[in-house]
Amino acid sequence: MNLHEYQAKNLLKQYGLPTPIGAVAGDAAGAVTAAKSINSEQYGGQYRGQYVVKAQIHAGGRGKAGGVKLLDSLTEVEAYAKKLLGNPLVTYQNAPDGQLVNQVLVEETLPIAHELYLSMLVDRTHERLVVVASSAGGMDIEEIAAHHPEQILQEVCDPLNGLVGYQARNLAFALNLSGEQIAAFTKLLKGLYKLFKENDLSLLEINPLIVTTDGKLVALDCKMSVDDNALYRHKDLSELRDLSQEDAKEAAAHAAGINYIALNGNIGCMVNGAGLAMATMDLIKLHGGAPANFLDVGGGATAKTVTKAFKIILADSNVKAILVNIFGGIMRCDIIAEGIITAVKEVGMLIPVIVRLEGTNVDLGKQMLRESGLNIISAENLTDVAKQAVKATQ
Amino acid sequence: MAILVDKNTRVICQGFTGKQGTFHSEQALAYGTKMVGGVTPGKGGQQHLKLPVFNTVRDAVRDTKANASVIYVPPAYAADSILEAADAGIALIVCITEGIPVLDMLNVKAAIKANGVKLIGPNCPGIITPDECKIGIMPGSIHLRGKVGVVSRSGTLTYEAVHQTTALGLGQTTCVGIGGDPIKGLNFIECLSLFEADPETEAIIMVGEIGGSDEEAAADYIKHHVTKPVAAYIAGLTAPAGKRMGHAGAIISGGSGRAEDKIKALELAGCVVANSPAGLGEAVLQAIQLKGRSK
Repeated sequence: MNLHEYQAKNLLKQYGLPTPIGAVAGDAAGAVTAAKSINSEQYGGQYRGQYVVKAQIHAGGRGKAGGVKLLDSLTEVEAYAKKLLGNPLVTYQNAPDGQLVNQVLVEETLPIAHELYLSMLVDRTHERLVVVASSAGGMDIEEIAAHHPEQILQEVCDPLNGLVGYQARNLAFALNLSGEQIAAFTKLLKGLYKLFKENDLSLLEINPLIVTTDGKLVALDCKMSVDDNALYRHKDLSELRDLSQEDAKEAAAHAAGINYIALNGNIGCMVNGAGLAMATMDLIKLHGGAPANFLDVGGGATAKTVTKAFKIILADSNVKAILVNIFGGIMRCDIIAEGIITAVKEVGMLIPVIVRLEGTNVDLGKQMLRESGLNIISAENLTDVAKQAVKATQ
Repeated sequence: MAILVDKNTRVICQGFTGKQGTFHSEQALAYGTKMVGGVTPGKGGQQHLKLPVFNTVRDAVRDTKANASVIYVPPAYAADSILEAADAGIALIVCITEGIPVLDMLNVKAAIKANGVKLIGPNCPGIITPDECKIGIMPGSIHLRGKVGVVSRSGTLTYEAVHQTTALGLGQTTCVGIGGDPIKGLNFIECLSLFEADPETEAIIMVGEIGGSDEEAAADYIKHHVTKPVAAYIAGLTAPAGKRMGHAGAIISGGSGRAEDKIKALELAGCVVANSPAGLGEAVLQAIQLKGRSK
């Protein structure tokens, strides 16, 4: 689950970590109030710098897409907030649909001397928490890795000792920090480590981490992802989930407890098992078709779950045929066939459903599908089901 | 032979009296697995499926001499259960549970590494040596004792590999579902090395998917250490980047973990890579023929 920048920065503040002064707003008037409060509360009315208005969406590339703007006056803040709010912002990451901007973050601007990159993540190869830093801040980490691999620094944290002071110093000196910045950086890193662990994050990225002209370290932007598997022990974080940032069909499937990911093709897929579901998408492509979705219906495949899954698939108007691929396993194929037949009747299916069943009682299952009198095609095998589904959409 | 489990493996079940634990223990017993008891805290002293129930794994090991454990407890308690089994001296722990927080697994993995216990999973179907021992949720009936070792990150794709090798009469020595989580117990390399050392295993099927770089590491290992024929399949060529495809570990992020790269690495290592999940049986036949010719 991704957090918005403002939510991530609120967490940083809770841990006493440095962020720019600012506030989030849901309408243009609120944006002006936020800007005013920066001036009145923090600068005693003497603030002469620019304001920055930042669209809050779950996608990167906001700057280039016009979602982040430096502005000189309250009038400009109001106008720009009005322009962003309530409209989708399309960036290279969420194209072509973009995501709806429901909030803007209004912040002070700070004089920047350097921009650094800092992130913390679960590294699969080391099976450890790893801190990644670079003096090439402001760029995507992939870009840095491609163009300046020598500028990527890394410290691997031992779970028992956590992030140790020397590791922070290793990074701080390599980033050319000096004087009081070494202690500030160490404090920041230890705070981030604590925050990461206590909130079950799977990713934390500060990019850029700026060094101001007066030598202070501040998290100018921040991205956090929370481990979905750990949300059960973070009720407060679960409430931060913003469904408006997710694909509507994916959000509905999530609520129904089904693993669904929308794609661009026209063959709806319902499969048991994540690996087989991915393999089925590949198989469709191999035979010249295009999958409309990834959907793992799980081990049960009962009439109830199949009906739910069909409804989710059919919510996508591009779908011209549905491919069902179930490896029966312990569940008998005749029971699965019964479930499919019931579900097809219940949703009033208007498009062909091509089914591949395998496992115990497969012949009986296939017979039941054939004799159902419904628009169900019982395929011979894995290759056949893909070919028939592709044919049905041509 | 075979690897990791056989007819002498003495298995207990953690979460024994729960719905999952009960159902799959019944299936395992029917298959002929030597189940010797189970653990459900608070129900120690009772009988379940005609087997003794214990409060702790320590008690179970003391009384039953169990050397393997299968875990069906909910994700919030699974890390606790793995550590309990490891501490009680269980040599092989199979964790079926899906949805364990990744930071829990980081700590568990560090502890497991330190005491040399073998963990399979989590988020996996388990392990089976046909006709001898079934630990997990796979359907026993599709298996045939034979000569192919199967190792896979995906449950249902393991079944495809098993189904096809059974249909071809090749059969399997042992099938290991290593699971779909990013941090897990046994990985491809450990299983490949066990299959390489097992005299009964004549060929290996390896099923991978997008996310991480374990397949690339396995390819490198195969190139240098595996003499037996290896067939492979990688799922997720059409998966979009940045989306988690069902499994917690199946995600292309930051340009790494792509199926294309894994397929290329495996092909360079001399594996026969099937372009379809329907081609796993054919691929292993081809791998066997190719090795035979090069000898």
